[in-house]
Amino acid sequence: MTTTDATPPLSELATLAQKYGLEPIGLRPPLLTYIRQVWDRRHFITEYAKARAQALNAESRFGQFWEVLNPLLSIAVYYLVFGIILNTRGSVPNYLAFLVIGVFVNSFTQTSVLTGAKSISGHLGLIRAFHFPRAVMPLADVFERFRALRTSLIVCMVIVLLTGEPLTWMWLLVVPAVLLQSMFNFGLTMVFARLTARVRDVAQLLPFMMRTWMYLSGVMYPLGTFIDRLHAPQWVHTLLLINPLAVYIEIVRDALLESYSVPVWNWYLAVFWAIVVLIFGFVYFWKAEERYGRG
Amino acid sequence: MAEPEAIVTPIEPAVTTSVSSDPTVIVDNVHITYRVHGSGGSSSSVPGTNAVAALRRIVSRRKGPGPGVQYIKAVRGMSLVAHKGEAVALIGRNGCGKSTILKGIAGLLPPTKGRVYTSAQPSLLGVGAALVPSLTGERNVILGSLALGLTPDEAKERMDDIVDFAGIGDFISLPMSTYSSGMGARLRFAIAASVSHEILLIDEALATGDADFYRRSAERIRELRDQAGTVFLVSHSTKVVRDTCTRAIWIEQGKIVMDGGVNEVIKAYEKDVETNTGRQAGAAR
Repeated sequence: MTTTDATPPLSELATLAQKYGLEPIGLRPPLLTYIRQVWDRRHFITEYAKARAQALNAESRFGQFWEVLNPLLSIAVYYLVFGIILNTRGSVPNYLAFLVIGVFVNSFTQTSVLTGAKSISGHLGLIRAFHFPRAVMPLADVFERFRALRTSLIVCMVIVLLTGEPLTWMWLLVVPAVLLQSMFNFGLTMVFARLTARVRDVAQLLPFMMRTWMYLSGVMYPLGTFIDRLHAPQWVHTLLLINPLAVYIEIVRDALLESYSVPVWNWYLAVFWAIVVLIFGFVYFWKAEERYGRG
Repeated sequence: MAEPEAIVTPIEPAVTTSVSSDPTVIVDNVHITYRVHGSGGSSSSVPGTNAVAALRRIVSRRKGPGPGVQYIKAVRGMSLVAHKGEAVALIGRNGCGKSTILKGIAGLLPPTKGRVYTSAQPSLLGVGAALVPSLTGERNVILGSLALGLTPDEAKERMDDIVDFAGIGDFISLPMSTYSSGMGARLRFAIAASVSHEILLIDEALATGDADFYRRSAERIRELRDQAGTVFLVSHSTKVVRDTCTRAIWIEQGKIVMDGGVNEVIKAYEKDVETNTGRQAGAAR
């Protein structure tokens, strides 16, 4: 009686499969095996990122130049609207540097998520043709963004220096700040890559979600003064302050601007978000591994 | 209609080969039903379509299939066993479910009932979009090889062989989006065939080449078979099947009609096609 309860009678073919050690197809590997498989494909990730960058260069006349020009044009618009017309300039000592950092840090997360969300749905040809752990696709897309960040970061730093900020030892903190943000981006992108793989429409909504998030994260105005003016319950205040995008922007400002400093809990939060979101995103993506490319 | 001995029971090895005949693929009473979205089309190609409509679609999806969704029973209860060193041809009319069962074996379509067991992860080669369309053929060769698990050095080493095999000449340095579908299929076949696979599934990929490419790929399939691999081949060309396969399975409306030696199965299938087309033509008149 117990035997029939525990194991349903196997068909003749299933018994044969068991005898020769054949595994059922379409089961995802255990998490640790999966991580090892992804690690084995690390060359694919770097090669793909390099190739994508070169392809982008070849596609338009100015190529990677747009990579930098795009945020610069946004900065010009925000400076006009928020800085001059809405007169946010007065509330921050070095508004231009403040704005430049906000825009560049925000665009790192924004472009990572927007590109990476389509990393499964946009590469079905590759995914259906070859078998490899699918996590390498979003990882490769975010890695490509990470490579592109180097140029933007240099431009950002040059502008900050031109606005009169001194070069201090604090600037070295940009490195851990950017690495933590990258971890966060990897995790977040994997969440949206899975969602977009299942429901394509997510890709249509994502730009609006990212833009709303940007407006709520103190990119073009100081979050503190904004929150004080907001007549909202305390939990809304807290939520706005611990929001990871705001945290990553604040810590870079903390590092680069002498006149601007943020409470140290921002750094703890930056570490917290990086680890939690990366682990969550990876596991969440892995959970659907056997379903990518199907249909 | 067919001689009784032509229908081989799946449990017994269908062919006797010099290699050991351990099973590599077992398909156990598999049913595959898939959803088709009737309206809407692919949204990825239209940027900037109405976000509100998109939101509505996401919200409505929660309440089960929408009005545009249809279910198609493509495979209805197939069982078969394939062994090391076998090349199995799947033949049948358009829409009989042969490509679907191939995707099922590859693990790309989940069976709604039944199970597929394999000794290794099968690789599926089908006709379809380019790998990464915006990148050159060269880049795609490297990326494909790395995705298959080769090291960067190995990938570079095999580059020339792969390009020669695919026979696409100077196009190799152009983006893959500029390739004809035949060239894309050839390049993909060349990449995948450059490593040995325990189980290789080929969906019409050979129909796209010229005579020279055809000869090379038929050769390569025989090599893979000799290395104790198992090859599944979907093809409408009886010549391809006769040249490369050791066994044929005739599929009709999602079910196996006949499973046996290549010549008997093709003969029976062709006879059926002749009589049925005749009947249909007669009915049309």
